[in-house]
Parts: sequence; structure tokens; C-alpha cells
Amino acid sequence: MTDVLGIATTDVGEVPATKRSDWQSDQEVRWCPGCGDYSILTAVQLLLPELGVRRENTVFISGIGCAARFPYYMDTYGVHTIHGRSPAFATGLAMTRPDLDIWVVGGDGDMLSIGGNHLIHALRRNINLNIMLVNNQIYGLTKGQYSPTSEIGKITKSSPIGATARPFNPVSLALGAEASFVARTHDLDRRHMQEVFRRVFDHDGAALVEVYQNCNVFNDGAFGDITRKDVREDMLIDLRHGEPIRFGKEQQFGVSRRPGGVQIVEVADVGVDALLVHDETTADPSTAFSLSRLAEGPHTPTPIGVFRSCPRDEYGHMVSDQIAEVTDRRGKGDLAALLRSQPTWEV
Amino acid sequence: MSDTAVQPSVPAVDKLVIRFAGDSGDGMQLTGDRFTSASALFGNDLATLPEYPAEIRAPAGTLAGVSAFQVQISDHDIMTPGDAPDVLVAMNPAALKSDLHLLVPGGTLIVNADSFEERNLAKAGYESNPLEGHELDGYRLITAPMTSLTKGVCKDLGVKTRDAERSKNFFALGLVSWMYSRPTQPTLDWIDAKFAGRELIIAANRAAFAAGHAFGETAELGHQQVVVNAAPHEPGTYTNISGNMALAWGLVAAGELSGLPVFLGSYPITPASDILHELSRHKSFGVTAFQAEDEIAAVGAALGASYGGCLGVTASSGPGIALKSETISLAVSLELPLLIIDIQRGGPSTGLPTKTEAGDLLMAMYGRHGESPLPIVAARTPSDCFAVAIEASRIALTYRTPVILLSDGYLANGSEPWRLPDVDSLARIPVEFATGFNHVGADGEPEFWPYLRDDMLVRPLALPGTPGLMHRIGGIEKQDGSGNVSYDPENHAHMVAVRAERIARIEVPDVEVVGDPDADVLVLGWGSTWGAITSGVRRLTRVGHKVAQVHLTHLNPLPENLGEVLRRHRKILVPEMNMGQLVKIVRSEYLVDARAISKVTGQPFTAGEIEQVTLGALDD
Repeated sequence: MTDVLGIATTDVGEVPATKRSDWQSDQEVRWCPGCGDYSILTAVQLLLPELGVRRENTVFISGIGCAARFPYYMDTYGVHTIHGRSPAFATGLAMTRPDLDIWVVGGDGDMLSIGGNHLIHALRRNINLNIMLVNNQIYGLTKGQYSPTSEIGKITKSSPIGATARPFNPVSLALGAEASFVARTHDLDRRHMQEVFRRVFDHDGAALVEVYQNCNVFNDGAFGDITRKDVREDMLIDLRHGEPIRFGKEQQFGVSRRPGGVQIVEVADVGVDALLVHDETTADPSTAFSLSRLAEGPHTPTPIGVFRSCPRDEYGHMVSDQIAEVTDRRGKGDLAALLRSQPTWEV
Repeated sequence: MSDTAVQPSVPAVDKLVIRFAGDSGDGMQLTGDRFTSASALFGNDLATLPEYPAEIRAPAGTLAGVSAFQVQISDHDIMTPGDAPDVLVAMNPAALKSDLHLLVPGGTLIVNADSFEERNLAKAGYESNPLEGHELDGYRLITAPMTSLTKGVCKDLGVKTRDAERSKNFFALGLVSWMYSRPTQPTLDWIDAKFAGRELIIAANRAAFAAGHAFGETAELGHQQVVVNAAPHEPGTYTNISGNMALAWGLVAAGELSGLPVFLGSYPITPASDILHELSRHKSFGVTAFQAEDEIAAVGAALGASYGGCLGVTASSGPGIALKSETISLAVSLELPLLIIDIQRGGPSTGLPTKTEAGDLLMAMYGRHGESPLPIVAARTPSDCFAVAIEASRIALTYRTPVILLSDGYLANGSEPWRLPDVDSLARIPVEFATGFNHVGADGEPEFWPYLRDDMLVRPLALPGTPGLMHRIGGIEKQDGSGNVSYDPENHAHMVAVRAERIARIEVPDVEVVGDPDADVLVLGWGSTWGAITSGVRRLTRVGHKVAQVHLTHLNPLPENLGEVLRRHRKILVPEMNMGQLVKIVRSEYLVDARAISKVTGQPFTAGEIEQVTLGALDD
């Protein structure tokens, strides 16, 4: 543990090996049968033993919504806070406890609607949080209203003749909010989820991953056009750092630049050399943003993987460095001296 | 210019109330603050009342743009900035127009004659120049061409005319410093330190100050120079302290006394921002001052820091506290320490951001969803904010609960001399975190139960990072003991009762009755009304009236002896800067015939007002 609190714990020596069951709490998982959240939970519980981290140093923070029940199912420290505020709560914890691995889990309503302000500011500050934005394009826990990621025209209980608001694209939003790490994955591919979650964990700073998640009760098949096994190869564009962006059963499609953005091309038409080589680390987020706009919705070929990984100073470190620097320069604060820091007089 | 303020030949008065009034751009707050500091160092007792408009720069010369600073200095113990000024310094016609009615009949009126020209007179709504008519005949009028004299002395220094004009407040300060025998050296030292490196500005301000002083000494003012001698204070080291400064220092002290890092989450809001500013300066105490994206994030981050083992604090005013309400309820449910500071101001909505009011008591008490009781404490004077910040932290950390601390704009910006406490004598705040299991599970294995309570119904707190004690908490109702999610009806009823009982069991000191314990009339107060109530009651008891006074620091839970004390008196008056909020609480709690005395003008009570209403009650 950090010296922030001066509490001696066992944070010395080797991290004990763990297995999946060590990360499962004794609470019964209560999502609807068939919910995409189960596979996300499994992916996380299978990944954590591989990361070599301590359970006691791992904290899951959530807001309100179906996905926000996540902490109850993890045998780690966890807080189920209130709607939209998990990034705020996690910010205070991360600033003062840099020794902890903090995961923030929430849905599209929690993170992009009621909590949108906290999310963009956590990303802007680059506070060290692993943020899983579980997007099912619907309000599930309140039984089916349109969400900030629901498409225009969506028929729901609160939009009986169709939603009229343009949806957020969470990856575009995060890039616009100066995020230093932005990725996307989906609930039907555990291997891909784990690969991306590991990258989220490794990133020092705010890392956001959008997880396409199927709500089989209120929005079944929202991502089916692109994530079903039979269409996946032609519809998911797996971004790989340093490689030309290609996809399709025969790798016959690719992405190339066009004036003002990027476009899908047939490799046979343009040649491999014309394809865009993916670079996560470019400081300018314009290309990553263009990639996030390739698909209007999850019905045409859609990029997944890491859009951007461009480390910059982490907020909590900057704050604690200032504290350390001032303390070094002035010496540890002395209360009696503080009380005498204005003009005084003796009686 | 001599720094010897007390000359045997100068007659003494026992107290003086002076009010500096001018345009927002005239530097009246600074002038008042300097006069106050010099008087504090001189040894007077004092109390201040800064009053300024909400606009940073309202249209120059208008009534809306008048900024004022009132201070009472005395040779004896005082508690208020004075009922009415003996001296009014009016830097422009608008200041004269807006504040003349406050001046005592026959009081001294000092005006900057240069500003009484056509345009300024018109802006203030004067049809003719009041300096030339008879309407000021009832006052001792001293006119000084402050602007032109300041420009004159600055000219030879090479100071630009515009900069010179800005120094005219130092002329006024120099003049009153002479008239009331204030030491000059503290002001000169302050000018040198404040403007270090800007030699021309130092020269201009020093020259203006000296010119004002000389004007007093040499002009035939028809005014006798007087002195207000030092007050007999208890021996000790003193400083002049404002409420927000004392509060911020109290938080630093609470961090030292508890051994926990202080984390302040805050969002700028008048009149609370100075707490954020002050704590931002004290990083060497390990204090983190976080300026959040909004009020909700400010309290959310503070609660997150508390969960991690810090003393989490958030500071705001009414509108911000309203926004924090949902997170405060979460803290009630999580049973985590959290300190919420409400520097009250006039409401509802934006209301009167720079004026004082105490309208948030019922919000503090009841303004949350569900049954969510929490402790409330209130400061009574600027320096008391230090002790109350420590007391609020003690309750939050000892009982693992959110605590609301009520202050207000009057305390926040007002100042008074404060005898510095011996820091070694401040009681430590012991905090223990759980490090081991506290329960044996059904399977015979040891477990950690986050809601297994002690005798005071306080739950253990295991910080993240503590091996073996991993557990989950949340805002959903939980099983008492295990802390697991529970929708069981009986358990919820039990938890509601426990949350109420654990706040009711918090130990708070009994109230002390000041004055005659058998008096017919008791004046009951809380918060910043203490000064006016104490002075008003003292005036009556001094002339033989039987009046008692009780002032509350702890508003929830209420002191155990309060009911018995209240029932001893036939009449209970409750002066509050609201429409009667404490009065509702005591009437419902004790079934006593307490009567509300309300003032909601954005200004504190005066001692005279308290004296009058109490006298009225004595007479019925």
C-alpha cells in the first residue's frame, strides 16, 4: 500500500497466484438469463488472475444500472454508488490512493446521460481509472426507455413512435474529451474482450473501453448485424497497431484515407500500400476520430480494438507530485506556525 | 508621520464604528481590511462586516455598485460590527446616498469632494450637490479633495494619472488613521510587501497614505483627534481571523489531529470559495484541494477519498449543497465519514450571493430523500469556525457519518481577534481502521462483516488495500451485519431505526445558560446571531432585566438538557436570519411556545434589534 496513509500492509514480496474462483464473490449473479453482462464478468474474472495483481488492491466502482451491479459479484473491494457519479467517486479514491487498481463499470445511461459530465472530465484529467462503458443502447434496469446511444427512430416505451435525438458515439465522444486511451470490444468475443481489457489495465491514465453488450430482454440483437459469428469477419474491423487496416473473410476489404477522413475500400482496387496503417499513438486524434465515424451505427463494418493509446501525464501523479514538491521545499506543515502565518500580537 | 498612536493628550473613546463606502472599484474592502488589521495589531477588540455587490464591477458610480466595509473597534469585549456607524467615509455620491441613513445622528461624515461632480451626482440620483445644500447639516462633515490631492502628490513620482487615482483609498485610510490614532507602520509594511517589485505603486500608495495623514494633521477639520484604546484581552498571542480562514485552518488541524490526509472536493461558489483557495495553499500538510467539474463531483470525490481513508470534505453554499444532496444520502447509507460545509447566503436560487442568511437549517436537517438523519453543527463567530471544523470532523470520523457544518456569509467574511490555541492542547481524534476478521461464517471460516456494529452502533471500516477484508458496499439497502444486498422488509425497518438511533446516540455537550437561569425570557439562538444576541441581552441584564440566553452549536442531535432548560422559561424567543427554522424544530421536539424573531434582509441582526424585541417580550 502507498505511504499516503502510512498503513503497513502486505504489499511486499510476491503476489500470490489466484484463480478465477478467487475473484468470484459469494453473491448470486442476478442478471437476466442470456444477458451479455455474464460474458463480460467472466472475461474479467478470467483475466484478473493473469494480471498478477492483488485482490485487496483491486476496487470496482459503479453507478446505477444493470451493469453497475458488477462490483457485488467480484471478490475485491467494491462500491455501488449512485446514478452517474461513479467517475466522481473513483476520482477522489484514485487521487488519494494511487496504489489501487480502480475499475469503473457503468452503462450508456449511467456514463453518457446522467453522468456524462463526470466521464468527460475524468478523461480530460487523465485520472488513472479503467473505465468499462457497457453499451446496450437501452435503459434496461428501468425496463426499456431509449438511451443516449439509441438510434433515431428507436421504438421504446418512452418513444412509442420513435426516438428523435441523435445518439452519442461513445468512442467519438471520448476522443473529443481528450482521452488518452480509447477502445471498443463486444460481449460475444471473450478473447478480444480480454485482450482489450488487459490493454486498459496496462494504461497509466484514464482508459475507456466501450463494450457492445446485448440486452436480450429490451434491445435484443442491437449489435447482431456486426457481432454474429457468421457475419463478424466481414463486419468487424479489428484495429492492430502498426498494421494496415484490413478485414473481411478473405481480408479483401481495407480502410484508406480520403480527403477529410477515412473510407472503406476493396484491397483489390487500391492495393495494400494504399491502406491506412493503424497508429494508436499519434498525438493528433483526428485519424482515430475518423475511424470512429466509419460506421453510423452497428450495422455496417465497424472498427473494434484500440483506437488510441497515447500516454500523457496522469492527473493523480501530478497532484501528488505538487504536494511532494511543496513539502520538500517548505518542510512538513507545522500547525502552530500556520496559525501564526498572519500578523500577530501579544497581550 | 508619527507611529506613536497613543499620545496622552489625545482623548479616548470606548468604541468606534466606522463604515467605508465607495464604488466597487474604489478599494473599500481593502481599506476596511487595512484599518481593521492596524486596529487588531494595536490591541482593540473588533468585529467586521464586509458588504459588497454580487457583480464584480457593477456600473461605476451607481447605487448598485456601492461596496462597503463596516468595522467596530473598542477598548472592551464586543461581539458585533456595531448597530450604526459613528463615522461614514463616502468616496462618491452613490455611497453617500445608499449609506447615509445608517450614520448615527451627529455622526462624522468624510467625503471625497472630487467625486461630487455632475455625472456622478446624476448617476446616484442627486438633483443638486448635497455638499452644497443643507441636508448634511445634522452631521460633522469633513470634505477632502482626495482624488486631486492624491494625483498631486503622485505627479512628482512619475506615476501615471490613472494609477495615481487608484491610490485615493489610501488617502482616505491615511486620513482616518490620523483621526482615530491608528498606528501607521503596519499599513506601510503591508504596502511594501503587497506590491513588492512594483516600486511606482508602492510609492504612490505610500504617498497617498502620507498625504491623507498629513491632511488630518494640518487641515482645520474642526474635529478632535481621538483614540480607541486597546481592549483588555486574556494574555496570549492574537491574530485577526475571518471565518473562512479559521474554518480552513480547522480542517488542516483536524487532519493533523486525526492523522488522516485532508481531501477537499469543491466547486467555486460565493461565499465558500475562500476555503478552497486557502486549502490549496497548504499542500505541505498533505492536503489535497480538488476543484471538481461541478458540485456533485466535488462531494462524490470527497466521499471516494473518505472511502480510501482520508478526511473527505466538501464546501459550498446553499445552491451547491442542494446539488450534493443525493451523494450525502449515499454517505448516510454507506456510513462513511464526510464533512459538508455550507456557507449560507440569501436564497432561494441564486438569491443574494454576497449577503448573509441562515435559511439552510431545515435543508441540512431534512433536505434529503428517504430517512437520512445526520449530525449538524454551526459556528457562532469567525474564530469559532476553527473549533467547529474540528468538532465536525471529530463527529464524522468517530461516528462514521456525514456531518453538515453551517456557517454563513457574515461569519465567512467577517473577522475578529482570535487568541491562538496551544496546538498541543487540542484533543486528538483517534481513528482506527479494521485490519482483521470480525465474524465467523456459517461454514466456520472467519469473515469480515462491514456492518457489524459496536456499542455505539458504529460500523468497522476496512480500507481498500487491507488484505483479506475485501467486501462490497453500496446504496442498495443491506443486511445489517453482513452488508449484503437485502430487500427484506423487516431488515429495512431495522436499518432505518438503526441509522436514526446511531445519530441520536452521538455525544454532544449540554447547553450552558448565560444570564439569569430563572428569567422569564430566554433568547435561544444558533449560528452567527450569537454576537448580536449576546450584546443585546447583555445591555438588558446590565440595567437589571432578567433575561437568559442559550446558544446552540449542536443542532442535531440537540443537547440532552435543552428540553429541560427551555421548559424553565415562560417565553422563548428565537432570533434567526430566516423565517423561523430552529423554532419549528424546538416546537416539534419539546412542545414549547417558542416564538420566531425573523430577519431576512441579507444583513445580520444588530444588538439593538435584539434588545428591542427582548424588551418587548419582557413587557408583555
